[in-house]
Amino acid sequence: MTTLAPPAVRVKEPTRTSGGRSGAVLWMALPALVWFVIFAVIPLIGVLLLSFTTWNGIGTIHGSGLTSWKAALTDPGLPRALWVTFVIMALSWLVQTPISILLGVFIAARSKYRGLLAVLYFVPVLLSSAAISITYKALLDPNFGLSAGLGVSWLAQDWLGQSGLALGVVVFVVSWQYIPFHSLIYQGGVRQIPQSLYEASQIDGAGRMRQFFSITLPQLKYTIITSSTLMVVGSLTSFDLIYVLTAGGPGDSTRTLALQMYQFGFQARLMGPASAIAVILVLIGLAISLLLRRLGGRADESQLEGM
Amino acid sequence: MATSTITQESAPRHGGKAPQRGTSLGGRLLRLNWVGGSLGWIWLLIVMLPLYWIVITSLKTQSNYFITNPLKPPTDITFENYKTVIEADFVRFFFNSVIVTAGATIPAVLFSLMAAYAVVRGATNRWLKGINALFLMGLAIPLQAVIIPVYLIIIRAHLYDSLLAIILPSAAFAIPLSVLVLGNFIRDVPKELFESMRMDGATEWGTLWRLAFPLTRPALVTVTIYSALQIWNGFILPLILTQSPNQRTMPLALWTFQSEFGVNVPAVAASVTLTTIPIVLAYAIGRRQLLSGLTAGFGK
Repeated sequence: MTTLAPPAVRVKEPTRTSGGRSGAVLWMALPALVWFVIFAVIPLIGVLLLSFTTWNGIGTIHGSGLTSWKAALTDPGLPRALWVTFVIMALSWLVQTPISILLGVFIAARSKYRGLLAVLYFVPVLLSSAAISITYKALLDPNFGLSAGLGVSWLAQDWLGQSGLALGVVVFVVSWQYIPFHSLIYQGGVRQIPQSLYEASQIDGAGRMRQFFSITLPQLKYTIITSSTLMVVGSLTSFDLIYVLTAGGPGDSTRTLALQMYQFGFQARLMGPASAIAVILVLIGLAISLLLRRLGGRADESQLEGM
Repeated sequence: MATSTITQESAPRHGGKAPQRGTSLGGRLLRLNWVGGSLGWIWLLIVMLPLYWIVITSLKTQSNYFITNPLKPPTDITFENYKTVIEADFVRFFFNSVIVTAGATIPAVLFSLMAAYAVVRGATNRWLKGINALFLMGLAIPLQAVIIPVYLIIIRAHLYDSLLAIILPSAAFAIPLSVLVLGNFIRDVPKELFESMRMDGATEWGTLWRLAFPLTRPALVTVTIYSALQIWNGFILPLILTQSPNQRTMPLALWTFQSEFGVNVPAVAASVTLTTIPIVLAYAIGRRQLLSGLTAGFGK
């Protein structure tokens, strides 16, 4: 990576057990590398280039300077889409994190019935977003859905037809789908907390609440950062679930950036502005990841080795 | 979910594994967390209710659906809805999904294993260091954000509206996480084993297959299940890269079926149930591997 580094390839260290014949294994990395470069790295550069062009998705691509950026940035839907994306991101983080931590602590204990519960919890992760959205669409029907089943008239709302409610439903369904996954991450984190910490605090007479707040939570710091990053970046780019559940509606009340990109690109056939929105998506994702990593406050190298 | 930006950030806590974290910790946490305890059962209800509802609704007749209580199982079970779904060509969609999932997962995992082996064995090689860094950064590339150039590549390669169009990018996006997880496993293999293979005159290729492959089998299974699940459930690639019904995979088929049969809720419920059965069965068989693998991969 750094061009200033000495030519490491030629400097052989006979005592090292690995790396002696590193040239011989280089080609083994090539198939994965080529495949990944063609369908991920080049498109990442491509999306930036396409944002300076005009293209209808079928014909020829014309360079057009900043026209597409202007179209994307002056679109009246953009502030709204940014706001909706942010609200969904923030609310789903607020809902998912505490529940995932508590569930993670709950299933970290090694008991048979909790093991069984953990197995059942995981089922939503297996389902496609399309299947989940379709299920909830029918389940939330005011006349024949859950409200009729439970006989609770309060539940008989037009859940997906009112903007505030629809946003809430999106957050709920996202949480329903992903909490199992995150509680699994927390389960792994909790199981790695040294038991001696609990023993020591018990001797000091700490209660269980106290233990949770002064041992479990601080010890989970890095797990929280990992899980939060996955959550935030995941909900930033999530598309399938909202597309099938509300298609951005009613009106534009659940139209996120990812949806706006799709509508610009594949419905209005304005690939240039759609690419500009995609670039914005990538930048926000990167910024948030870096911010969360900064919060973690550790050097990068040790993290890589730790894994 | 695959956009796991800083999976590598999940480093171990100091001390790593506590030697005995068996029953005593479990027993204490059991009493510790009554909040979690009640939440645990409530959560089970929240998870299970929609699943229960979708299964019982799929067994109701359409007229019954409108007059019976939605949460009560039907008194006379009908499989008519499943017939409707299968007649709507879901067998084809099922096999399309199988082809796409197998066609993308198998090469992605094999190439990832090779790449992981190369990256670990050639850790001092400048090029391999760069390649490794590229894969780590690649974890942060969200599929949705690069969908337009992917679309451009696919139409220029004359692959639009084919299963191969879905397979190629799906596999590419399974690679970074697979390389990361497999690399961590290969790194744990004692160096002496590699050395003795070399003494015996084995080639790197031979060492990969006869040493690294068997030793990383648990990680291979985890990575395979995880990637297959992502690809099986993929929606945006089939949505954008195909158009004819012949090339539909199951999630897309569900969506189109729902827009055509929207009023026939029991049939829609049957389509959801039917497409879910294969994954739930696979989960029942491979769950131990998947759950422990994911816990090890992310929780570290």
